[in-house]
Amino acid sequence: MNAVTPIRTPAEQALIGAFGALRDAGPAAAALESLRVDGFARFEATGLPHRRVEAWKYTDLRTMMREAKPLAGAPDASALLAAKVAVGRLPRVGGSRIVLIDGHHAPDLADGGPLPEGVSVSGLAEALVRRPELQALLAGQPATRENTAFALNNAFLTDGLLIEIAPGTAVSHALDLVFLTSDGAAKLTNARVVVIVGAGATAGLVETHLGPAGTDYQKNVVVQAIIRDGARLEHGRRQLEGSEALHLSTLEAEIGAEAHFDTLTLTSGAAVARNQLFVRFSGENARATLRGVSLLKGRQHADTTLVMDHAVPNCESRETFKHVLDGEAHGVFQGKIIVQPIAQKTDGRMMSQTIMLAEGPAMDNKPELEIFADDVACAHGCTCGELDEDLMFYLKARGIPSQEAEALLVEAFAREAIEDFGDEGLGEAVEELRAALLASVTDWMLART
Amino acid sequence: MPAVQETVDQVKAIDVDQYKYGFSTDIEMELAPKGLSEDIVRYISARKNEPAWMLEWRLDAYRRWLTMREPDWARVDYPQIDFQDMYYYAAPKSNPAPNSLDEIDPAILETYKKLGIPLREQEILAGIAPEKRIAVDAVFDSVSVVTTFKEELRKSGVIFCSISEALHEHPELVKQYIGSVVPTTDNFYATLNAAVFSDGSFVYIPPGVRCPMELSTYFRINEQKTGQFERTLIIADKGSYVSYLEGCTAPMRDENQLHAAVVELVALDDAEIKYSTVQNWYPGDSEGKGGIYNFVTKRGDCRGARSKISWTQVETGSAITWKYPSCILRGDESQGEFYSIAVSNGAQQVDSGTKMIHLGKNTRSRIISKGISAGRSQNTYRGLVSAHRRATNAKNFTNCDSLLIGDKCGAHTVPYIESKTASAVFEHEATTSKVSEDQMFYCMQRGLTQEEAIALIVNGFVKDVLQQLPMEFMVEAQKLIAISLEGSVG
Amino acid sequence: MSLLKIKNLTAKLADEDKQILNGLNLTVEKGQVAAIMGPNGSGKSTLSYVLAGREDYEVTGGEALLDGENILELAADERAAKGLFLAFQYPIEIPGVGQMTFLKAAINAQRKKNGLDEISTPEFIKLVNGKAKELGISPDMLKRSVNVGFSGGEKKRNEILQMALLQPKVAILDETDSGLDIDALKIVADGVNAMRSPDRSFVVITHYQRLLDYIKPDVVHVLSGGRIITTGGPELALELEAKGYADIVGKAA
Repeated sequence: MNAVTPIRTPAEQALIGAFGALRDAGPAAAALESLRVDGFARFEATGLPHRRVEAWKYTDLRTMMREAKPLAGAPDASALLAAKVAVGRLPRVGGSRIVLIDGHHAPDLADGGPLPEGVSVSGLAEALVRRPELQALLAGQPATRENTAFALNNAFLTDGLLIEIAPGTAVSHALDLVFLTSDGAAKLTNARVVVIVGAGATAGLVETHLGPAGTDYQKNVVVQAIIRDGARLEHGRRQLEGSEALHLSTLEAEIGAEAHFDTLTLTSGAAVARNQLFVRFSGENARATLRGVSLLKGRQHADTTLVMDHAVPNCESRETFKHVLDGEAHGVFQGKIIVQPIAQKTDGRMMSQTIMLAEGPAMDNKPELEIFADDVACAHGCTCGELDEDLMFYLKARGIPSQEAEALLVEAFAREAIEDFGDEGLGEAVEELRAALLASVTDWMLART
Repeated sequence: MPAVQETVDQVKAIDVDQYKYGFSTDIEMELAPKGLSEDIVRYISARKNEPAWMLEWRLDAYRRWLTMREPDWARVDYPQIDFQDMYYYAAPKSNPAPNSLDEIDPAILETYKKLGIPLREQEILAGIAPEKRIAVDAVFDSVSVVTTFKEELRKSGVIFCSISEALHEHPELVKQYIGSVVPTTDNFYATLNAAVFSDGSFVYIPPGVRCPMELSTYFRINEQKTGQFERTLIIADKGSYVSYLEGCTAPMRDENQLHAAVVELVALDDAEIKYSTVQNWYPGDSEGKGGIYNFVTKRGDCRGARSKISWTQVETGSAITWKYPSCILRGDESQGEFYSIAVSNGAQQVDSGTKMIHLGKNTRSRIISKGISAGRSQNTYRGLVSAHRRATNAKNFTNCDSLLIGDKCGAHTVPYIESKTASAVFEHEATTSKVSEDQMFYCMQRGLTQEEAIALIVNGFVKDVLQQLPMEFMVEAQKLIAISLEGSVG
Repeated sequence: MSLLKIKNLTAKLADEDKQILNGLNLTVEKGQVAAIMGPNGSGKSTLSYVLAGREDYEVTGGEALLDGENILELAADERAAKGLFLAFQYPIEIPGVGQMTFLKAAINAQRKKNGLDEISTPEFIKLVNGKAKELGISPDMLKRSVNVGFSGGEKKRNEILQMALLQPKVAILDETDSGLDIDALKIVADGVNAMRSPDRSFVVITHYQRLLDYIKPDVVHVLSGGRIITTGGPELALELEAKGYADIVGKAA
């Protein structure tokens, strides 16, 4: 916090201005006011993070976010109409579809029938009035709170969605959550979703992020998931943003005793993407599986930064991330497993693997173990290289053309992170998502040249 | 492995404290005035009759240092160091530049005898096969007191002397290479070292020469409130080979003492340097009082094609260790290696690792790091492996394993792996675990005591690295590791 | 005279409440081979671990006398020095620790505790090579790390090698037959039989009668619910094999 920079970049000035304008516009959602003020103060103290801030070493946001776009308002009728068309073209994965346009809930665009029994969706501001205890949750875990993207999301928090799965409910189809940025002038979208999976409940959630190609819009999305004791959440995420977009995403999860959280992110969109995961165990005998596949080409930059906090004993975590880089893309993986002093019998294993398809890309890995308990089994691995020449030769010798051979091998590479996603959970809906993700890997490979 | 038994016996033989090099030598010393200033830099340079360019070089570094801040990124925690509250030069008063052993203060000779470091050539020669001989440069506080086997080495063209002497005898070599691997601007401690370094070893191996014996430097801090700032420069000319060993000890004192060394290695075409360290500075007592702050910059430059630099370190001492022996793989097909055992116990803090910077084509590097944390210590591996665009077909393999003994200590791994070359192949693996209860029980069922069992299992854990040490140091290191872990169980 | 005498032994896992051994009584005479058979979960492995001194188990009552001395208060290595040997059901791998290093350390630990000098290296090598040959243990196996990369059969033979080197008073063989094919079983059994002597006792713990075809017991005890419920001659093992445990366990209960 000591690196106070008196000189503000244009983006920082614009963000400060936007906050002022929001404050002057009056208390749209008074319940969120203190969170906004706190978030803004944290942002103001540090400014946009840059490469000398260790957590942002490889993603210099101060440079990459040259300007801040105006904060997106609620979509008007014509924007909604256009959005309806765009969303309609996106095949549903799972059951009920919930749509956010520019970060604002658009109930009219819901699809796939009524919400399943035991699932409720409400506005965050309104929910906070009824249930002040949500305030602490929205403020974030200590590690998340320190994060600038999260602080900024709070600074501009005007509303959001609260999705609740009643205790004991088994939701058979995943909820299909679509985040669309509307056409028109580039804007900054601030989106927030809180998911609470009640004790013993089982649910699935698939996020899809998309927006217009060719517009340098910006999105800062935060999803907070509370997975109560004995519950299970399968969480899929497709980041298919427009090619010029800046995408900041924070996923925070708190996992109760004997609960299970499984998340899989596919990153292939946006010019600059930062995908943050802050996952913490709060009850024993829980399990978390964090995975991701990044497909980057051109000059795309995508950063996956995760902190897996084993704060209690007897939990197991697996982190598997695959990066496929083409062109002059820049991939980043920063993963940290923390084992707190009391977290004996922790089992944590992390793997980050990269394949480079061209001479131009760069990959930076920083897999960390921070261990304060002795009775643990933790490991991380990291590999980086080209496609295996012997395998390529073998496939070509069998008559498979080079490009297809590459596609096959890359799909096999990505499959390791995808194939057992949601294995014990939701059946069909997850199966669809898996198939969709694998197909997008193949499509991406074939469309490469 | 007789060492297991020997180790345990040795551990038992040590009384209250486990550090057996903790004595101090009472000897009259010449000290520079306390504190640091341009005058002190001039004083040190004058004491050594240095050429003018050297003084300028030091002063540049000093001025630069004044603008720098202490690094704070390492996982170590210590109170602010008062750089004005220490001596930057301490030399035995009797004869700071002796010509033969007979001119050295007998108290110093006695010190090295107690430390088990042979300084009398005839004693070393008795009954030892020529290839087992080791030439020693003995550095006592700020000055090199003796270098053995100089004459014999000179026959094969090898220069092995103190860096002060090299400045007079071989100024062109020193001028060409000093600061060429670790520039004076490199980092806070390296810059401080450049300003005030007082002595150290200098080695030059001429083209095509395989150094006929092991070379070594033995560092001893003796005086109170004194920092030791030595600078070592090793140049292996084309097609040459040298194996070099470094050992360190210090008296037990309540105060913290600073040791900020710089080591520069240069390997030209087809040359190979093997650098081994057994670092056993006083670690402080079990409460964390006293001990050496070991803030060291060590870097090797594989400047020539097909050159090779190999670092092996056994780190058991120091209150705080901050060191990252690194390799710049500049020459095509050059190779870098880093083998490390870092043991921490009591309140020790270790932040150590390496950097392998691949610049040339077809370069290779290998990192094997074994960390063992016990007591309330914190042990961090921090490393960088990078491949630049030009470094096609670079290869790295990294393995870092941590072992925890007891539930009050910490083991951390912070690797940075950066590749800008598709054809570079990087593989990194790291594990953290505790000494297995199954293994302990199995050993004890076969009759080994708890301490014997720990020593055996830990020796197995570090075996890959121990094997890299020259034979005579392997057994020493094995004992040292077991001694360092004394009292960590039960 | 009894070499091993267990009286009213009760024990449990240290961090659980459930008693696994419930007042077990057992006497093994000098020179005797005693088989202990029992269904899964009857406490067979617990008995071997408790006797050998594994710290995960807590003795809650009773005593175990080795040559008249209660060993339950001793550390595992002290029990080993008194001549108690456990052949593990699942021998442990110790990476980086050479087999020879380990064997020598074990022999010397025992010798030291018994006031003897360390074994000389030539004597040690001769001893190990001789025993290893008898057990079909290749020189290559002796060069590797303890149990690392050994097959199931090799691990069990390695246990018998250690037993042969340490010459215990009482050897407990915990499910030594598990995971062995018939050839390996014969080698292991031959190794054990060669060590039978009037001064040495064996406790052979097994689920199946098969092993007892090769290591003929003098007496067979049936363990169930953490107690010896019946004792008989070798014919008892055959009866168990034919009728299964349910019958006998049921009768005794």
